[in-house]
Amino acid sequence: MAAPILEVEGFGKQFCLHEQGKVIPSAHGVSFKVYPGQLTALIGATGIGKSSVLKGIYRTYLPCAGRVTYHGADGSTEDLQQASEHRILELRRGEIAFVTQFLHCLPRKPTLDVVAQPLLAQGLPVDEARRRAGALLSAMQLPERLWSLSPATFSGGERQRVNLARGFISRPRLLLLDEPTASLDAATAESVIRLIQGLKQAGTAMLAIFHQPEMTRRLADQVLELAPPLPLPETAGAAA
Amino acid sequence: MNKILEARDLSKLYGPGCPQCLELTGPQADTNLCPRCGTVVAMHGVSFDLHEGEILGVMGESGSGKSTVVKSLCFDLQPSAGKATYWDDGAPQDLFALNAARQRWIRNHSFGIVYQDPRQGLNFNITAGGNIAERLLMSDLADYGAIRSRAKELLARMEVLLSRVDDLPRNFSGGMRQRVQIAKALATRPPLLFLDEVTSGLDLSVQARILDLILEIQQELKTAMVVVTHDLGVIRLLTDRAIVMKYGRIIESGLTDQILEDPQHAFTQRLVASAL
Repeated sequence: MAAPILEVEGFGKQFCLHEQGKVIPSAHGVSFKVYPGQLTALIGATGIGKSSVLKGIYRTYLPCAGRVTYHGADGSTEDLQQASEHRILELRRGEIAFVTQFLHCLPRKPTLDVVAQPLLAQGLPVDEARRRAGALLSAMQLPERLWSLSPATFSGGERQRVNLARGFISRPRLLLLDEPTASLDAATAESVIRLIQGLKQAGTAMLAIFHQPEMTRRLADQVLELAPPLPLPETAGAAA
Repeated sequence: MNKILEARDLSKLYGPGCPQCLELTGPQADTNLCPRCGTVVAMHGVSFDLHEGEILGVMGESGSGKSTVVKSLCFDLQPSAGKATYWDDGAPQDLFALNAARQRWIRNHSFGIVYQDPRQGLNFNITAGGNIAERLLMSDLADYGAIRSRAKELLARMEVLLSRVDDLPRNFSGGMRQRVQIAKALATRPPLLFLDEVTSGLDLSVQARILDLILEIQQELKTAMVVVTHDLGVIRLLTDRAIVMKYGRIIESGLTDQILEDPQHAFTQRLVASAL
């Protein structure tokens, strides 16, 4: 088997809410490896910390424990928790992409440009970026008449396809997927499955949370069930 | 990416100052007014780096010292202490140690500044085109035709109707004034742009378009920007990294999405939780 792209060891996260004097426990003791061309699915009950693991890797959350070792395209090995902000931004531009349930983009920006954005950030010419964005949106069965409109006006399923397309377009080495298919109908979900399989064949390593067990069954090479968060001692909150 | 600006321990005090000023003020003390001597600590210990082509957000409530940071970096006010280095074509310049002429030169050529109040950035007694020409004249351009066509090009880029090039900014709407101001700031194609609450007070649709234009400019010209705002939406849409200020101090800094989704400081948590 090829060497892993990502190694997570003993990952833990908890939230300190200073105002309320509370500590909210989330994921703890999570360890796994993600390999190129494979999809690792995280499963477990709501609130168990699945998203926290993904966000911790992407550094949207600051992890509280453990190590997140990333093996870069240039052969480098680094702990993402220790990497500088600029290094994280560089990796986000070139190698690591994240698709969430929500789409944040500038109001009134045409869908085609929203999807092309990651390529523009890498310095691709506008025409080429738009062409590839169009091809991807077609593959996801998003009608061409919608491409010039802002995704803000779209239905949940349409918006989710835009979001996925934006994550897929740069063919990242590591793709983090947080319930990307929750509001897709069966036919669209099929086209998304095909695209994910295509990315796997192209060597993208994926770490995913799926809403439907069916998706996990069909796409995952490795399934990891998270343990429930540890209850915290009563005094932990008072110290915060 | 190379560094373009480095600020270290910037400080600005208004008042006589006493040995206890710094201890008795700040987020912990919940004031920026020294109870002993009445000195206002507008900014203290502010340090950050900005890389080429990057957008850094400076957020915080009114009076937290955001504008003081920008004003001292653009030479609008003299800091009490601290050091700022600007890389002019790769050559480091110790900004506060330069003579006045050299500071003026950098401000006119290498920096662009856009203020919340267009009156600060524009001369209301000359036309929109004239405002831009004024800035171009300070650079190397001296040919009337070239200046006029460049001014028109900039205004068109900011979506100002060309039929209004010869109108006075005082007759423009708020959104149009901001567009003219941005066009003027960009006239010399500065590598560094300071934006101080540029969309505050504009209606939402105008705000969205101006933010979009700012992002387009950043992508086209690779301009590095420092964006000062109290609006978390602006921070989210424009910036990659941000610093959060309170009572003149930086209380938190990090990746923008991390600050908004996993804020560490009690004040940032309250700020993010109160966003609409």
